[in-house]
Amino acid sequence: MAYFLQLLITGISIGSIYALAALGFVLIYKSSRVINFAQGELIAIGAFIIYALTVWVHIPIWISLVITILISYFIGLGIERTFLRPMIGQPIISVIMVTIGLANLLSGLVFFTPFGTLPARYPDFLPDPIRFGGLIIKWEQIVGILITTIFITILMWFFTKSTLGISMRAVADDQMASLSVGVSVKKVFALAWATAAMSAAAAGFVVGSLFGLEFGSLTAIGLRVFPVVVLGGLDSIAGAVIGGIIIGVLEQLATGYLDGIVPGGGTGDVFPFVVLIIILLIKPYGLFGTVEIERV
Amino acid sequence: MTESKVISPSRPSDLGEIQLDVNNVEVVYHDIIQVLRGVSLEIPRGKIIALLGTNGAGKTTTLRAISGLLKPENGFVKAGSISFEGKSIQNASGQKIVKSGIVQVPEGRRVFKHLRIEENLRVGSITRTDKKQIAKDLLHIYEIFPKLYDLRRKQAGYTSGGEQQMIAIGRALMAAPKLLLLDEPSLGLAPLLVKDIFERIKTVNQEGTTVLVVEQNASIALGIADYGYIMEQGKVVLEGTAEQLKNNPDVKEFYMGVSEGKRKSFKEIKSYKRRKRWM
Ligand SMILES: Nc1ncnc2c1ncn2[C@@H]1O[C@H](COP(=O)(O)OP(=O)(O)OP(=O)(O)O)[C@@H](O)[C@H]1O
Ligand SMILES: [Mg+2]
Repeated sequence: MAYFLQLLITGISIGSIYALAALGFVLIYKSSRVINFAQGELIAIGAFIIYALTVWVHIPIWISLVITILISYFIGLGIERTFLRPMIGQPIISVIMVTIGLANLLSGLVFFTPFGTLPARYPDFLPDPIRFGGLIIKWEQIVGILITTIFITILMWFFTKSTLGISMRAVADDQMASLSVGVSVKKVFALAWATAAMSAAAAGFVVGSLFGLEFGSLTAIGLRVFPVVVLGGLDSIAGAVIGGIIIGVLEQLATGYLDGIVPGGGTGDVFPFVVLIIILLIKPYGLFGTVEIERV
Repeated sequence: MTESKVISPSRPSDLGEIQLDVNNVEVVYHDIIQVLRGVSLEIPRGKIIALLGTNGAGKTTTLRAISGLLKPENGFVKAGSISFEGKSIQNASGQKIVKSGIVQVPEGRRVFKHLRIEENLRVGSITRTDKKQIAKDLLHIYEIFPKLYDLRRKQAGYTSGGEQQMIAIGRALMAAPKLLLLDEPSLGLAPLLVKDIFERIKTVNQEGTTVLVVEQNASIALGIADYGYIMEQGKVVLEGTAEQLKNNPDVKEFYMGVSEGKRKSFKEIKSYKRRKRWM
């Protein structure tokens, strides 16, 4: 039982990273139908900025986190403005190529900094793990889950209570109708990128504090986003969160229970996809994806 | 005015100060498809104006030209001018036009299907900052459409056609328009509902909003309108007060279905040709 709980807690904490990463992805897809292949790079960049502020500028890590989230807001706006805005109205495949190019460009830029090669760690900023009835719970895990919860609560509030947030969902539903009442679709796209960059930075912080800052493994989270969003539904915010947690937990359970049985191991990487395929057979739009409402 | 298009001396400007002036507008889609070939409309403040015409006449395009919604459709105003309350708006962005007080209710309603009804209405207020007045206006819209209040938490995609028309109108009203453009509000609705919707439109107008309503259903539109224009093939071919148009034999025959003949175009009608000779 303790073993199971241990796997579960680890799974949830990793799943909350996926949730944050997927959230940004879903926001961009939902508002503009653009598939963002640079989400992993945004995660890495967020994690590195926090490191730079903390270790090089000597700002306390919590404040660095907040500053980095703010900086990421502008990074997101800048990326949209520079790379995506000129592509409005272009075929979606070209736009996707742009985000792939963007991912490469950002990776390239990272290699101009020490982070390209040096695996770093955040200085220890949390107490020792909690040991409790055979369980070991790291504070980093608790912090990760907390940050995700706070982030998602704020976003949920924004999307259901503020007129701007509701208008972002409106653009996802019908661009022309949104324009007819004066919603700035460009502003909505920009805001989607800004929010995606912010949630990526938060995810970067959690990954960094749990596993250290290694460029390859940070960007790899960007790829994990795909099973998560396909599971949760490409355009569902709640789906991104729940899908993230499910994939995180499945990964841990598979690693914990199946790796010993299956020769070669590595089930943690495969098992989530098996579940994914089964779910898609039953629910082709994912668990929470939009099923077109056909009614006049 | 020296134009002789008019059936009788009554001009739109006799009805009140001209709020929107559309002057000889030509619209082209995709750089080559010319759809409007010099449309002129004068919309007097505080009135209801009907814009009638057959399918493809260019009614929707005219509304888009006014509301700044041509660009997303790859269309643009090639010639002519549009001015609202004395200011030129033919090159303004849709957002700016909404802020200046013109809001279009799109053809086919286009509600935000996955949003609740109240959320749909709130999106309408996106360009405004006067929070208190927005809250009051929301309550007022629920007074005009009490049904929307009862359904306010329901997803708009799961409401009936009539309810969706109310949502679309309510959403536009949340932008506090001075001029409301309605594109075929009767589309696909049962006759009783159409009557109901038009009564609400009348109410909105009586509260001070100018209304330009595009319709295929000429008799219902002329029933509430003060003045009307009839378009064909990208041009206005006839205009007059609602009374004049209702009593015009050609309009009766061709647009209100009081006819035995099966003519294909308004142009084939005798009195139209006669008028043309006079011009
Ligand atoms: N986005 C567009 N691109 C190209 N052509 C268009 C576009 N929108 C409309 N048209 C063309 O312009 C002409 C006028 O269309 P419009 O929609 O303005 O007519 P309408 O009077 O509103 O007709 P309906 O009563 O059917 O709504 C039609 O021939 C139509 O095919
Ligand atoms: Mg039309």
